[in-house]
Amino acid sequence: MTDFLAMGGHGVYVWSAYGLSLVALAAIGAWPLVAMRTLVRRLQRRREDER
Amino acid sequence: MGWIRNTFHKMGSPRWFFAGSRRWMIGLYLVGAALVLVGSTWGLGFVPPERYQGDSFRILFVHVPAVSLAQTIYVAIAVAGLVFLVWRMKMADMLIAAAAPVGLAVTAAALATGIVWGMPTWGKGWVWDARTVSTLLLLLLFFGLVALRQAIARPEPAARAVALLAVVGVVNIPVIKYSVEWFSTLHQPASITLGEQPAIAVVFLWPLGLNALGYYCFVAGAVIAALRVCILEREADARWVRDWLDRGVRGPLPKVREG
Repeated sequence: MTDFLAMGGHGVYVWSAYGLSLVALAAIGAWPLVAMRTLVRRLQRRREDER
Repeated sequence: MGWIRNTFHKMGSPRWFFAGSRRWMIGLYLVGAALVLVGSTWGLGFVPPERYQGDSFRILFVHVPAVSLAQTIYVAIAVAGLVFLVWRMKMADMLIAAAAPVGLAVTAAALATGIVWGMPTWGKGWVWDARTVSTLLLLLLFFGLVALRQAIARPEPAARAVALLAVVGVVNIPVIKYSVEWFSTLHQPASITLGEQPAIAVVFLWPLGLNALGYYCFVAGAVIAALRVCILEREADARWVRDWLDRGVRGPLPKVREG
């Protein structure tokens, strides 16, 4: 396990690169879903005001 | 050929796209996430270290897919820009608006992983060579596409300016691709070319291929999701959006008439 984490002495680079990629993908994936939620709520409130 | 033209015409309808795209979005998100999970686990734990780079070469399993995807997104945006300039297709403009920030994030990830890989492999994270500079330019182009739209107040001129920038900027793509062949660069040339024997060992192709496919699927899902937000924003006053809101955003969208 320690060997696996150490990555032959390159652990810092390998894990930070994978961490960065994970964060980037998560942000890319989550951002439009959050935006959709916010927008739908806003439109729903506006629609309720109209009625 | 008929169905291609048919699909193209229907794609021009924001309502048709909004109605049919949700299941594609969910499917691409799930398939993409699963592929990246399997590919990354494989690449981290189940292939031997590479002879010269040791374990840091495993970074390439997340670097190469990001780089390839960033360029593909840009080409897609440039095509959409051309479609918008020629046919004034609203959906093409919305695709640019949806994909540009995604492209920006993917390019940032590509550069960041490249820098982290360069530190142990080249001895420094950043070098000024043709490949790295042209990729940095790609980042600036994506940023430009996002910023230009915000800088112009009226939507129609903004859309035209952004589409024009998208089309003009596409000259950077062959520069990125051939930079390692035209110039003497520290960055190595491509190891995998379509239709040629790959210059990397077959054991490394599996995690790389799975991650690449996973990145493409997941990010396609995100672009669809972002496009749905753009559509809803711009069609907020349309009858079908009101109906959809009145049904508690759940009910099926009204069928769009064929033809």
